[in-house]
Amino acid sequence: MPNANFKVWRGDAKGGAFKDYSTDVSEGMVVLDAIHKIQADSANDLACRWNCKAGKCGSCSAEINGKPKLMCMTRMADLPLDRPITVEPMKTFPLIKDLVTDVSWNYAVKKTIKGFAPRKPDAPDGTWRMQQDDIERPQEFRKCIECFLCQDVCHVLRDHHLHDKFIGPRFLIYTAQLEMNPLDTGDRVPDLKHEHGIGFCNITKCCTKVCPEEITITDNAIIPLKERVVDRMYDPLTKLLRVLKG
Amino acid sequence: MPQIDVPLEKLRFGQTSRQDAWWLAPLLTVLGLGVGFGYLTWAMFQPEHYWWGPYLSPVCSPEIFGNSPFSWFGPKPAWFPWPSSVPFLPALLILWAPGGFRFTCYYYRGTYYKAFWGDPPGCAVGEPRSTYRGENSFPLIIQNIHRYFLYVAVIFIFLLGNEVLGATQFPGPGAPDRHFGIGVGTLVMLTNLVLVSCYTFGCHSFRHLVGGVLDIFSKSKGRKKAYDCVTCLNKRHGLFAWLSLASMCCTELYIRLCSMGVISDWRIF
Repeated sequence: MPNANFKVWRGDAKGGAFKDYSTDVSEGMVVLDAIHKIQADSANDLACRWNCKAGKCGSCSAEINGKPKLMCMTRMADLPLDRPITVEPMKTFPLIKDLVTDVSWNYAVKKTIKGFAPRKPDAPDGTWRMQQDDIERPQEFRKCIECFLCQDVCHVLRDHHLHDKFIGPRFLIYTAQLEMNPLDTGDRVPDLKHEHGIGFCNITKCCTKVCPEEITITDNAIIPLKERVVDRMYDPLTKLLRVLKG
Repeated sequence: MPQIDVPLEKLRFGQTSRQDAWWLAPLLTVLGLGVGFGYLTWAMFQPEHYWWGPYLSPVCSPEIFGNSPFSWFGPKPAWFPWPSSVPFLPALLILWAPGGFRFTCYYYRGTYYKAFWGDPPGCAVGEPRSTYRGENSFPLIIQNIHRYFLYVAVIFIFLLGNEVLGATQFPGPGAPDRHFGIGVGTLVMLTNLVLVSCYTFGCHSFRHLVGGVLDIFSKSKGRKKAYDCVTCLNKRHGLFAWLSLASMCCTELYIRLCSMGVISDWRIF
C-alpha cells in the first residue's frame, strides 16, 4: 500500500502554517478520505467541512496542490505522490479553522440580487407553459452546487478583495439563471453594472476551469450578461432600436 | 454590497501552491501573439510585395488606394493626407478594423490580460499589482465597443470572399484576358477565408445578437437555429482565434514570397 505525504494548513484567523502528515493510500481513495484518515490517526482536532462525499453538497472545497477543488472529487490516483500534497483552505474567504472558511458573505450577496418575478400564469389553474428550448440555458446554471470554488479562484475577490464591489462568478451565474428564465420579468441589468460590478470581470475563465459541475460560466453566463449590459448602457444603435420599437 | 470584515491575506506576485507549469500557458500566449501580431504589424508597414498575380494579401484587403490592380480607386490621390517622405501603406487604411475586432474580442481579452498584464498571471497565482479597475472604468471600459468592430468584421468577410473569387481568375499571357484557374495560393486564401469566417461568426457578440438576447426562443425558431449554429462555432472560438491568426500570417507570407520571387505558385489547374 503506497504512502502519501501531505502538507495540511493548520491555523485560524490569527495565523497558521503547513503541518506535515503521512498516511497510507488505498485504491479508489479521494483526498477527503485521506484527510479523514489523518484526522482519525494523527490530528483529531483537524477541522474540515464535508457532507455528501459525492460532489453534490459543495462543502469540502479546498485548494489541493494550489488548485481549487472539491476534496471528495479529487482522486489520490490523479495526484503525484513523489512529493507532498498540499491541502489548504480557500483564500477568498476568512479562515475559521484549518480547512474551514466562513462563506457567509456569499449568502449575504445572494440576498442583494432581485428574486424570481414570474409573469402572470399562462393557464387559469395558475400554471405556466414552457418549451425545452427556452429553459435549456437556465437549466445549465441550476447545476451549481454552491461550492464557491469559482469565487475562490476569481482574482477580483482573491487578489483584490473587492467583495464590496463585485458579486463574483457564482452570483453572475445566479443572475443569468434568473435573467434568462422565460417566465421571469425582473430587470437586473442596471444592478449588474452599478451594484454588482460585472465590469470587474476580465473574462480570464479561471472560474470555468475550476467548476466541478463543468458549468460554462464565462461563455454562457458572464459574457451574455456583459452583452446585455452593453445593449442597455453602451450601444446607441440598440437603444435607438428599442425606442423605435416602443 | 456586503463586505467581509475580516482582513484577508494579501497575496504576493507569483505566490501559489500550484505545482504544475502554470507559467507555460501565458508564456506560449506571449510568444504566439507576439509572433502573429508582430508579423502582421511588420507586413502592414511594407509598401511592396503585398500582391501577386490574382492574389492580394489579407493585410491589404480591401485595397482602397494603392498601386496594385486590386485597388478600388487607383493610386493614392493627391488630396489624400499622407507624408510625402513616407511610402504609401494601403494596409494602414483598413487594418484598424480586423485589428480592433481581435483586440476587443472576449477570447483575446481574457488571454492577453493574463499573459501580458498578469491579471492574473495564472489561475490561483498572485498578481503583480494591488490596484484593479478591470473593465469597469476607463480605459478598458472601451472594450464594450466590440460589437461595432464585429459589424465591420462581417463586411470584411464578404470582401475576403470576393478576393478568393478573384484569386481564381489568372491573368492570361495577353493581359487583360483572365481565365479560371486554381493555384496553391487560391487554396491558401480559401483556407484563410474559412478560418476567419469561423472565428468571426463564432464571436460572443454575434451569438448574443443572433439569439442570445432572447429569453424565449420557441417563438423565433429561425433565430434559435442561428443561435445554435453560432454556439457550435463559439465553443471553439479560442481555437479559431489562433487558427485564423496563423492562417492570416501564412497567407500574407505566401503571397509575399510569391511576389518576391522566392517561391513559385503551383497551378493545380
